[in-house]
Amino acid sequence: MEKLIILIVLVTGVIALAQLVRLYELSSKLKKKGEHDVNDRDNHLNAKLMLGFMMFQFLGFIYLMLTYGWTGRGEAASLQGIETDWLLNLNFVIIIIVFFITNFLLFYFAFKYVRKPGIKATFYAHDNKLEAVWTVVPAIVLAVIIILGLQSWNELTSGPSKESVRIELFAKQFDWTARYSGENGKLGKYDYKLTNEGNNPLALMTTETIESARSETEKAIDAIEQELKLAQLDHLTSGYRGLISASAYKSHIEDSYNAASEGDFNLVEVEESYKHIYADAKGLSGHVEVEIPDPNSETQKIFDRLEEKLIVKGRILRSIVQMQQNFNSKYDAYAFDDIIQTDTLYLCKGVEYEMSFRSKDVIHSAYFPHFRAQMNVVPGMPTRFKFTPSLTTEEMRKKKADPKFNFILMCNKICGTAHYKMKMMVVVLDKNEFKQWEISKQQSTFKDTYSAGESEDLANSEN
Amino acid sequence: MSTVAHENNHHDAHHHEESFVSKYIFTQDHKMIGKQFLMTAVFMGIVAMMLSIFFRIQLAWPGEESTFLNVFLGDNWAPDGIMKENMYLGLVTIHGTIMVFFLLTGGLSGTFSNILIPLQLGARDMASGFLNMLSYWFFFLSTLLMFASLFVYDGAVFGIQIGDASSALPDHTVWDGSGPAMSGWTIYPPLSGLPNAEQGSGLGMTLWLFSMAIFIASSLLGSLNYIVTVINLRTKGMKMTRMPLTIWAFFVTAILGVLSFPVLLSAVLLLIMDRMAGTSFYLSDIIVQGEMLANHGGSPLLYQHLFWFLGHPEVYIVLLPALGLSSEIIATNSRKPIFGYKAMIGSILAIGFLSFIVWGHHMFVTGMNPFLGSVFVFTTLLIAIPSAVKVFNYLTTLWKGSLVLTPAMMFAIGLVSTFITGGVTGIILADSALDIAIHDTYFVVAHFHIVMGMSAVFGMFGGVYHWFPKMFGRMMNMRLGYVHFWITIIGAYGVFFPMHFVGLAGAPRRYYDYTVYQEFDQGTYDMIMDLNGIVTFFAIFAAIGQILFLFNFFYSIFRGPKSPQNPWRSNTLEWTTPVEHIHGNWPGELPTVHRWPYDYSKPGADEDFIPQTVPLKKGEEEH
Repeated sequence: MEKLIILIVLVTGVIALAQLVRLYELSSKLKKKGEHDVNDRDNHLNAKLMLGFMMFQFLGFIYLMLTYGWTGRGEAASLQGIETDWLLNLNFVIIIIVFFITNFLLFYFAFKYVRKPGIKATFYAHDNKLEAVWTVVPAIVLAVIIILGLQSWNELTSGPSKESVRIELFAKQFDWTARYSGENGKLGKYDYKLTNEGNNPLALMTTETIESARSETEKAIDAIEQELKLAQLDHLTSGYRGLISASAYKSHIEDSYNAASEGDFNLVEVEESYKHIYADAKGLSGHVEVEIPDPNSETQKIFDRLEEKLIVKGRILRSIVQMQQNFNSKYDAYAFDDIIQTDTLYLCKGVEYEMSFRSKDVIHSAYFPHFRAQMNVVPGMPTRFKFTPSLTTEEMRKKKADPKFNFILMCNKICGTAHYKMKMMVVVLDKNEFKQWEISKQQSTFKDTYSAGESEDLANSEN
Repeated sequence: MSTVAHENNHHDAHHHEESFVSKYIFTQDHKMIGKQFLMTAVFMGIVAMMLSIFFRIQLAWPGEESTFLNVFLGDNWAPDGIMKENMYLGLVTIHGTIMVFFLLTGGLSGTFSNILIPLQLGARDMASGFLNMLSYWFFFLSTLLMFASLFVYDGAVFGIQIGDASSALPDHTVWDGSGPAMSGWTIYPPLSGLPNAEQGSGLGMTLWLFSMAIFIASSLLGSLNYIVTVINLRTKGMKMTRMPLTIWAFFVTAILGVLSFPVLLSAVLLLIMDRMAGTSFYLSDIIVQGEMLANHGGSPLLYQHLFWFLGHPEVYIVLLPALGLSSEIIATNSRKPIFGYKAMIGSILAIGFLSFIVWGHHMFVTGMNPFLGSVFVFTTLLIAIPSAVKVFNYLTTLWKGSLVLTPAMMFAIGLVSTFITGGVTGIILADSALDIAIHDTYFVVAHFHIVMGMSAVFGMFGGVYHWFPKMFGRMMNMRLGYVHFWITIIGAYGVFFPMHFVGLAGAPRRYYDYTVYQEFDQGTYDMIMDLNGIVTFFAIFAAIGQILFLFNFFYSIFRGPKSPQNPWRSNTLEWTTPVEHIHGNWPGELPTVHRWPYDYSKPGADEDFIPQTVPLKKGEEEH
């Protein structure tokens, strides 16, 4: 019904418009006026509207600035943010001046120089001096912008200072996890192949986790092989089904399935025995040739999928074995005292943080709007960024006059369905509060959580 | 020699009666091919604009039931009138892709290069009519595939089952690739490279990639043709320095296309291999949806470098034709020569060259080496210089002119305004230190929509209004054109001006809603929602205004008043051809060119324009 109404409205609108246009054309024909010639009335009206539009543009801009603040953003809460906000403001002043002047000239000229009877346009094809001026002046302004910009950029991206504290941010669809380096100040090593959703979601590398990943992978390979065997047996059995009466082979088939599930199984032997049963049932003796049809596309797909899985797991296993041989157990300590924090990121005011970023699946981007900090999180390639919080959450709440305010870390690179919900709360504490928080975390290091957590079976977690 | 043979062919062909198919469908006539590009682009433009209205509604009123959305998106994508999160991403992706590639590349450059290059150069047709025809039909095919990607649902396209339906899978949390491509128009892998990374990365993405590969083939065929035509088929007297600026712009655009699109093709092919052949160009150390992949050593950044190596020249592939068209329109309707013709050519060339060495400014926060970043800051900001020269030259052209405000002229003036407004924010974004905080926010969206989207669209509208008489032999209605212009420019500024503030407040793009801010920072949330309401209001306003244009366009094709030969009293060669289209463009000999195209209001002349075919008077100097 609604679709019909919309359609009717649209059609009537188009017809009405068509009639109006025809009317207009007829009347202009009566006035014997060439349609291609713009009449002076229209020309002048539009010229005035050009000025009117300029006012709309300028006033709209000024209104937005007055309503939402100069650049529409609150105070920066990091030292680096304060620095770049200063630069941003400077750039804004420059571009707003350019914006106002050039737009004014454009619309003013469009108004002023509209065709007037008796006045001819001035033939003015070029002027090298003038053109040199507006090549050189922008070049000088840009040089200033470039120099200031690159100074800030070099500071922002330079290496961390000696006092800086490293935190790792781990991103996956669709949440963040932070890892603090713990007492020894060193983050443990990691490798994505060690991931275990149960007790080692961040894939930290210790003698134990490597061993466990190795055995899990081996188990997984066995399970897939088993599955493949059963699939092949299914195919074989279904080939003989119909050739042999059910009663004749039923018990034997059960035997072979049992053998398959115990791992003591050979497909060639089973096929051989099926042939014997077949020969017996048909009253034939000696060697019998039975053609088993090629697997249909569905079955073939299952085989292919399992074989592919085996290849992938095989590669991963080889890599883990290699890792085990090269690993030095002194690194265990680096990982064991790491503190893993899932819901909230706690930071200390005035401390320079060297953030390193790691992604589990796709590209994410760690975006801290209030600290003016951002860095992409790229799978397979660690990235880094540093910043120093300069306001605690409490101080920011006062400034914003919002008692519920909190800093936020959000994802700013499209990463899938729930991209817009991928966030983490950030709390900035002063030195004392932060110390207390650290003390409260002493009993929940990676070592504690690892031994408490259940290892999750890899084979099952991978549908 | 070949030119002569070419001309003879045309004279022969001229006498044949043509069938409907060879005249309107598989035509090799550049004027008809141009119109085919235009029609396809207008259709795709309507689709993409509708998509933007859908997601603007979601952004302004998140979670509210809308019958409108339900009517258009159906129960699958907007049950109870609430858009699904996945579909939001799909709409954003397809909107961007269509607008950038199909409307502003295929539509703008495809239409006007085809129509104007032979006509303004005094050629009988393109160098190769056959390749030109192929170029259009590849474009058409890629359009169909892209359109199909939009209609993927549960492994079916337009309801025809192609892939696996999700119901056939045991576990519904595993995505099966049902739905349009959803990774944003830049389709960064691994999101786009792994079919189970999100719902749109399956069949929808496959269609997207194949569509793009075919589109690139189309673009290359077209561009090569344009380049060869400009170099070889200029008529007698048409020196390079007598070419209208439109042709210069199309020429440089075509060169940019030929040099950069192949790189995108390789990026797309490598991505297809990663998806289908198990290679690891872009994949490394990934666990997706609980599945551990063995891929190692690939780099997602490689894709970004390849993509933006096209992606940035692409901005100028979109923009230069619009600037070229508006140069011509502004000079004609100011009744003045374009100011600084040679400086204009110089800045087109400079922009073209610089556009190849700035792509890294899209990647300041990707983890790319910061030193490399600073190089790109430098090169990017350099582009502001030729751009500034262009703007000032436009302003001086208007200065002391005798302006005839046709709708085309008004759109050209609008283009200069949006080019300035969008251009200046580019200075902020090109500054890597400042880019950190606003990268991937709505500030960026506002910037490129104004500087590239609106400018190019204004250029395209201007071009359509100005060359409509050449294309269809009839005039468009001017009053409707005026109303259309005012609605469009007010709408455009109303949409994109507040959007800067949304971005500065810290609103990331491609967000389904901003409820995250509601929890953490109520002030920012209120501001974002306020502004989003204003933006959506103007978006709907502007979209409704486009109905006027569509009506005017289609009505005038059939019922518009007949056009005189040279309605705008213009100098260029296309207005010396008969109004009725004929094969070979000029009935007799090709015209000879004696002067540059901008002799408007030349002192000593009787009329305020002197066509290029008029010989120089004794003692008259060439500009």
